[in-house]
Amino acid sequence: MDFSVFFQRAVMQGIPLLYGSTGEIITEKSGHLNLGIPGIMYVGGISGVIGAFVYQNSAGAGGMNPFLAVFIPFICSVLGSLIMGLIYAFLTVTLRANQNVTGLALTTFGVGVGNFFGGYLIKLSNADIPSIDITPTSIFFKKTLPFAEDLGWFGKMFFSYTFMVYLAIIIALIAAYVLKKTRVGLHLRAVGENPATADAAGINVNRYKYSAICTGSVIAGIGGLYYVVDYIGSWSNDGFGDRGWLAIALVIFAIWRPHLAIPGSIVFGGLYILFQYIRSDDLAAQEIFKMAPYIVTIIVLIFISLRKKRENQPPQALGTSYFREDR
Amino acid sequence: MNENIKAASSKKHEPRFHIVKRDQMKWQKAWAIRFVAIVSALLFSALITVLLTGVDPIKFFSALVDGAFGTSRRRWLLIYETSILLCVALALTPAFKMRFWNTGGEGQVLIGGMATAACMILLGDKLPTPLLFLVMIVASVAAGAIWAVIPAFFKAIWNTNETLFTLMMNYIAIQLVGYFCQIWATPKGSGTIGIIPNGQFPALFGNQYLLNVIVVVALTAFMFVYLKYSKHGYEISVVGESENTARYIGVNVKKVIVRTVALSGAICGMVGLLLVAGTEHSITKNTAGGRGFTAIIVSWMAKFNPLYMVFSALLIVFMDRGAKQVTTLLKLNDSFSEIITGILILFIIGCEFFINYKIASKSHKEDKN
Repeated sequence: MDFSVFFQRAVMQGIPLLYGSTGEIITEKSGHLNLGIPGIMYVGGISGVIGAFVYQNSAGAGGMNPFLAVFIPFICSVLGSLIMGLIYAFLTVTLRANQNVTGLALTTFGVGVGNFFGGYLIKLSNADIPSIDITPTSIFFKKTLPFAEDLGWFGKMFFSYTFMVYLAIIIALIAAYVLKKTRVGLHLRAVGENPATADAAGINVNRYKYSAICTGSVIAGIGGLYYVVDYIGSWSNDGFGDRGWLAIALVIFAIWRPHLAIPGSIVFGGLYILFQYIRSDDLAAQEIFKMAPYIVTIIVLIFISLRKKRENQPPQALGTSYFREDR
Repeated sequence: MNENIKAASSKKHEPRFHIVKRDQMKWQKAWAIRFVAIVSALLFSALITVLLTGVDPIKFFSALVDGAFGTSRRRWLLIYETSILLCVALALTPAFKMRFWNTGGEGQVLIGGMATAACMILLGDKLPTPLLFLVMIVASVAAGAIWAVIPAFFKAIWNTNETLFTLMMNYIAIQLVGYFCQIWATPKGSGTIGIIPNGQFPALFGNQYLLNVIVVVALTAFMFVYLKYSKHGYEISVVGESENTARYIGVNVKKVIVRTVALSGAICGMVGLLLVAGTEHSITKNTAGGRGFTAIIVSWMAKFNPLYMVFSALLIVFMDRGAKQVTTLLKLNDSFSEIITGILILFIIGCEFFINYKIASKSHKEDKN
């Protein structure tokens, strides 16, 4: 087994999780546990696919403008996941609904939306296999750095990726910096730890919550887009699988720090594809190895609750809604 | 209305509206608000369907009703699906009342089903039928309870986050089922366990679904009494309201947490038994079918009251089955029913705000508070 190939595949498999968990970390820092992330990532994916499908059919494979081919799916994905984020924020912040219930409902809704429009487009495209081919768009997303080939294993491990991989890492690093070093990050963390105190200090709690939830949803939605147009290059219903839940698991693994989610996502990506390196005829053992990411998450969860280090705990007000007159 | 609240939180201007928590609202009024929300959700779903497909709205509603109640078979399926969903919701309720977010119903149902299937496969031809049934019941209930107690134990001792822990346990259960599906696959290599011949529950009075209905009726009554009139039920409410109060009045919080969640998991395990031995006679990764998640919503919509839960479960199943019929009629794909169910749930979640809070304009502020 060539380690550089394994590493490369682990990174590419981990990137949707990195987008998802960066988004979820930002959301959770505002005190909102968004279990709708799996649904939001589905919607992010399908919105991008719709954009790509419409553009590539109207422009024709020959006449596609590289910039528009990337820009249109991207902006569609951002809009789709933003709408989902706004629904969640409106229900949980403004209407103070229960976060777990809202999130789960949003996941049902989002997966339904993804598969419905997916099925609709599949019917439109009249393909033999039940998937939407967006290869013409995918080509533009899959442009890689030209010099990676010349650098051997080193190039393969670090420079062979598409721009969305580097974008995910940059977003995670920016999120880590903003949360840790800036005033905005400090305010956001205050809102997530103790909204009443933050409110008393003159921070606009609802505005921070709305912004964090919407930013988080958009980032997570881009993860769905990455998986469909870049990693796979086609949409098939339920193809995204349980990656949304894994992204939520990764938040714990990274102990609520976006920069730790970067190596974390590679570890999860590796664990996720580990089963493919078991003897390929032993399907039973493969099923057992597919448990790995979840077991690791549980161990981390127990470990952080055991050590009780204050900086490693979830935001204190996580899961509770804030009502100013309720003190 | 959103603007009003935004205005309420801005500090520059004196807010014209503000939000006040209501005292207990009259139940008639609360149900009227919920009814309005359900009707709005239906109208909104119809609107979306009409916009997407251009179908006549009357046709939409008639298909919805037809899908749920159209034939005798559909009515029985409606009752059966409701009973299973209600059963899971009842299972999760004691844990929720204690503010223990058991998102692991899916896994607990599956593992109970897995234990049942294991007994049916391994012991099916070795034990006499009554003894086999007994072993199946014990195994499924124990498996569900153990699956739930693992996170509860860590919650009680180290306050480990149970929402995420139980969520992860679902996927371990799913993979475990996947593993045994490979081990016991018939025919070998197919990756699926076919119909298991031994240990199937008999059809009562020639009706495959009746057993489930009887079990769930008994369970609903039990859960209502257990939560409302038993000492355990009282302890659950106190721990849910405030752990410190519970400790102060001498409740052993750790014990209550583990005991309640074990009960929750045990009933989930029993649902697995009903699904595998009662109706499906086989098991797949998909046997629980998302009910563990839907049940959370059912339980919450009913305000954790077992009697109301009958209606909330019925409503969700009605929507789901009705929407499936709309799907067939309009030749859309199956996921359309998920969208419609999602819309309904989101509307109901939203309407709770108007039951718990009211928006007061400034002039009313002084005389009310």
